[in-house]
Amino acid sequence: MDMVTLTINGQTVKAKKTSTVLEAARAAGIYIPTLCYHPELSHEGACRLCVVEASGARTLVASCVYPVAEGMIVETNTPKVREARKLVVELLLANHPKDCLSCQKSMDCELQTIAAELGVRKIRFAGGEMKAHTIDAGNPSLVRDQEKCILCGRCIRACSEIQGMDVYSFAGRGFHTIVSTAFEQGLEKVACTYCGQCASVCPTAAIVEKDDTDKAWAALADKTKHVVVQTAPSVRVALGEELGIPVGEIVTGKMVAALRRLGFDKVFDTNFSADLTIMEEGHEFIDRLTNGGVLPMITSCSPGWVNMIELKYPELLPHLSTAKSPQQMFGAVAKTYYAERAGIDAKDIVSVSIMPCTAKKAEAVRPEMNSSGYQDVDIVLTTRELGRMIREFGLDFASLPEEDFDSPLGKSTGASVIFGTTGGVMEAALRTVADVVTGQNLQQIEYKAVRGMETVREATLKIGDSEVKVAVVHTLKAAKAMMERVKKGETEYKFIEVMACPGGCIGGGGQPVPVDADVRRARRDALFTCDEACSLRKSHENPEIIELYSTWLGKPLGEKAHHLLHTKYNQQKRN
Amino acid sequence: MDLENKCCCGGENKEKAQIDEILSKYVGKKGALIPVLQEIQALYNYLPKDILEYVAEKMNIPISQIYGLVTFYSQFHLNPRGRNIIRVCQGTACHVRGGKVILQAIEKQLGIKAGHTTEDLRFTLETIACVGACGLAPVMQINEDTHGRLTTEKLSAILDRYK
Repeated sequence: MDMVTLTINGQTVKAKKTSTVLEAARAAGIYIPTLCYHPELSHEGACRLCVVEASGARTLVASCVYPVAEGMIVETNTPKVREARKLVVELLLANHPKDCLSCQKSMDCELQTIAAELGVRKIRFAGGEMKAHTIDAGNPSLVRDQEKCILCGRCIRACSEIQGMDVYSFAGRGFHTIVSTAFEQGLEKVACTYCGQCASVCPTAAIVEKDDTDKAWAALADKTKHVVVQTAPSVRVALGEELGIPVGEIVTGKMVAALRRLGFDKVFDTNFSADLTIMEEGHEFIDRLTNGGVLPMITSCSPGWVNMIELKYPELLPHLSTAKSPQQMFGAVAKTYYAERAGIDAKDIVSVSIMPCTAKKAEAVRPEMNSSGYQDVDIVLTTRELGRMIREFGLDFASLPEEDFDSPLGKSTGASVIFGTTGGVMEAALRTVADVVTGQNLQQIEYKAVRGMETVREATLKIGDSEVKVAVVHTLKAAKAMMERVKKGETEYKFIEVMACPGGCIGGGGQPVPVDADVRRARRDALFTCDEACSLRKSHENPEIIELYSTWLGKPLGEKAHHLLHTKYNQQKRN
Repeated sequence: MDLENKCCCGGENKEKAQIDEILSKYVGKKGALIPVLQEIQALYNYLPKDILEYVAEKMNIPISQIYGLVTFYSQFHLNPRGRNIIRVCQGTACHVRGGKVILQAIEKQLGIKAGHTTEDLRFTLETIACVGACGLAPVMQINEDTHGRLTTEKLSAILDRYK
């Protein structure tokens, strides 16, 4: 590898010839503030916050796009540089609302942090014309507020480069430039999957999850309601980040304790219904394999992905597993099976879910998701929203005791917890499918061939006597490329897992920010630790699942299961 | 998009054929979007939404990016244009000679703001930074004609000439 030697702030630094000054500085532990830069997106060089002095350059240069050179001398912290950075921030703030104290992103806002870091005390340009745009809140998942947009373009790049959906573009010119969808339509009118990756990379509150915490507080305060909550697998390894706990820590027990203290009547687990999903989806796969069904079968638990295939590949919908997602299976079972067992009228149950995902909010309000006779899941909160509720309630999260989930929808296996990472649904399904097909309790539990962080992975696995080719895909851009191959009949896969977000749910659009590859890896490793710590690691061994089928549901793919746990998909026409 | 679904008995198929003909000239050419849009605008006088969606699909360019481009360049228009284009100069010389008063008077007379088109599509009203005829300030252009030394009293008679 070609290396160059340069001097940054008097310190000798070695860097790859292809790296930028910013990358070289950060690798050497020298901090340079940035706004439009994002390590996982292409470099734009738009905000000019990362300017530095570099030998040979006439003016200050944007370090995020300026390449290193042999012998280059860089100064990142001269008075001239600091003045320039302050000027940039002052100009941004002059055209930015001043409601930071009551803003949804307060304390999580990169602009706020940088203004504080740089010691911006007055805004010389305040009082001029400011942009005024309407708020886009016509969808269940995301809210866009143009006034808070600083035109860094990270959302545009994330939607295009990670997700391949290209929902956003810069529109207009000069002072009137905005980040816009086609024809400035609401997200519900364009091909948006509600995955929330734009919100995840937005440095300000220009794109945020739709806040449903008020609805949750109201339900908790209503004494006539029985409020149950489910928590998605990946929330337990990310929630801590919202509450001052290091990245990658498992906070399952404290999360359960916190939810009880917030006033939820029953704290259940989406992991339970993830096991249920494996029962249905696993048997559906075996049925398709043995009875000539449509193959490859493709997973359907990621609602961003389901939106994408409904929008872009309606002809491939028969490939989607008809099994509902764990969130929706839980909702259907909570207002039927659980209501019956607890002797509570389903109309008095408020079903809340804690999800890593903004698209789950839209999934819950799909008109067909009412097989209990009511909307199966009433309120969907993201990990970030739960973090805010816990802070608002004043709980000292770190000192809470570890508590267990309630029964009968609270037990789970190691198979279910890995749903939260890319490859996890595939691995969980294989654990059950292999046992069912062979009729044995196989010793093989881990399928390491499907693990990893590459956006497309494939493996050939031996199940019984036959070899089965499978694939695991994450990010919608990779999913699109895979669907093109499936459409052309170029694949021999029998089973494909698709997750919309990078890394799967651990990188979901509703997870704590900031997030990058290291954060996702830490969350993923924590999920595997949870799995290994489980005494039961196959979904069909979950005693509450066995009880559910034997006492109430019948058998997988049976009539009752079909009614409650399976769904249909429809083409969505938006562009 | 909608063009594909329009029935084959009306004029729309001819419309589609015209667009396809324009697109066929640029197949495989890089940087073709601007000339394609220019040709389409020459055909329609503006860029209809459904045509842009059709172009996006055929050229495999995200519609959001096409919208971004169209709104960036002042030469492109997303709404139907009037038969007559009025450009009132707001340059420095015209400004000191009352260009703003002229603009306001026309706005009042036509009942539209600058940047808009009258409902009967007779006039589109725009401003321009300088037409290079400062000696005639205040100035406006209507189509290819330049009208100088304007006063608010002269406006009605001038506008009447354009139907």
